[in-house]
Amino acid sequence: MSQNIDFQTRFQAKIDAEIKIEPKDWMPEAYRKTLIRQISQHAHSEIVGMLPEGNWITRAPSLRRKVALLAKVQDEAGHGLYLYSAAETLGVSREQLLDDLHSGKAKYSSIFNYPTLTWADIGTIGWLVDGAAIMNQVMLCRASYGPYARAMVRICKEESFHHRQGFEILLTLSKGSEAQRKMAQESINRWWKPALMMFGPPDSESTNSEMSTKWKIKRESNDELRQRFVDVAAEQVTFLNMTLPDVVWNEERGHFDFGELDWEHFWSVVKGNGPCNKQRLAARVKAHEEGAWVREAALAYAEKRKNRTEAPPQ
Amino acid sequence: MEKNTPLWEIFIRSRQGLDHKHVGSLHAADAQMAIENARDVYTRRQEGVSIWVVESKYITASDPDDSDPLFEPAKDKVYRHPTFYDLPEGIKHI
Repeated sequence: MSQNIDFQTRFQAKIDAEIKIEPKDWMPEAYRKTLIRQISQHAHSEIVGMLPEGNWITRAPSLRRKVALLAKVQDEAGHGLYLYSAAETLGVSREQLLDDLHSGKAKYSSIFNYPTLTWADIGTIGWLVDGAAIMNQVMLCRASYGPYARAMVRICKEESFHHRQGFEILLTLSKGSEAQRKMAQESINRWWKPALMMFGPPDSESTNSEMSTKWKIKRESNDELRQRFVDVAAEQVTFLNMTLPDVVWNEERGHFDFGELDWEHFWSVVKGNGPCNKQRLAARVKAHEEGAWVREAALAYAEKRKNRTEAPPQ
Repeated sequence: MEKNTPLWEIFIRSRQGLDHKHVGSLHAADAQMAIENARDVYTRRQEGVSIWVVESKYITASDPDDSDPLFEPAKDKVYRHPTFYDLPEGIKHI
């Protein structure tokens, strides 16, 4: 017991001194569990996040847009893989992580349970959804767990193109016909509040925040990140000559107000009642099951090649 | 019953003349497929000119709990550094 307290103290001292924790270092069980939950949730979000955008690849309006969208969706797959590997350094297997996603035990970001109804949604996802994710991920580049922080650095470098291509799509629509402008504004209106809820519940109700802050997994609160995102987006939207719903400058606070967020709705989507939850999960399960023969064939082929090289000379 | 694909550690040489550097890991059925997967996962933007893959189980790592005694012997050997030696001001090319 006293030895455990000693370990705890040394662990926290390292965190406080900004020394990264690496896979083989001693860590409290709760730190390990929190990281596995957070990193795997993050990995699942990247993978499920491919679905709403994949919906538009075949219907992208030009070849330029199509190659960009393809590259973006491929990046999301890569990001999922970086993060799964980071989670595996904590002692959980890839198979377990995937099982937890497919059984519904593990969560992913609620934002991907909304449908992409128009082409403008691809622009809005890049600008607002990736924009919100970047706000969070830039902070996570300094997370105390080494493999997670390194994965985030890699991801942040690649996200910047996602963000810009999204804004460019909306900018093009904003200079188009009345119908195109309308489509873009409608899309922004629909995604704005769900994007704000990506930062998680208000600080007053956030259950995981306190320990995550002490352990320097998180360094800024949900509300701080959300406000920063609102202020940035409120400036950017002026370049589109469009508006963000309920966003008003508050002279006294020196920030933009963004009105009420419907947290009851948020939790209902988290619990599985969003417009696309069932569809998203079913698509993942189907891909996994229908890909089983490919994994088996790859292993059988590897085995055959191994036997051939190891066979004694005739 | 599905067998699991092994884990590989990936090392990338970013430019000719530089060392291969560890970049992360991935799953693949064999070394060749690990290289092909690494190409797609770690070099989508020309991050590399050469890839090494090593199955993770073949990596032996030092124990972080032993790192004090392991690295302690080098601690008091400042004379291994050039700045340990006192030379006159103004001396050149040394």
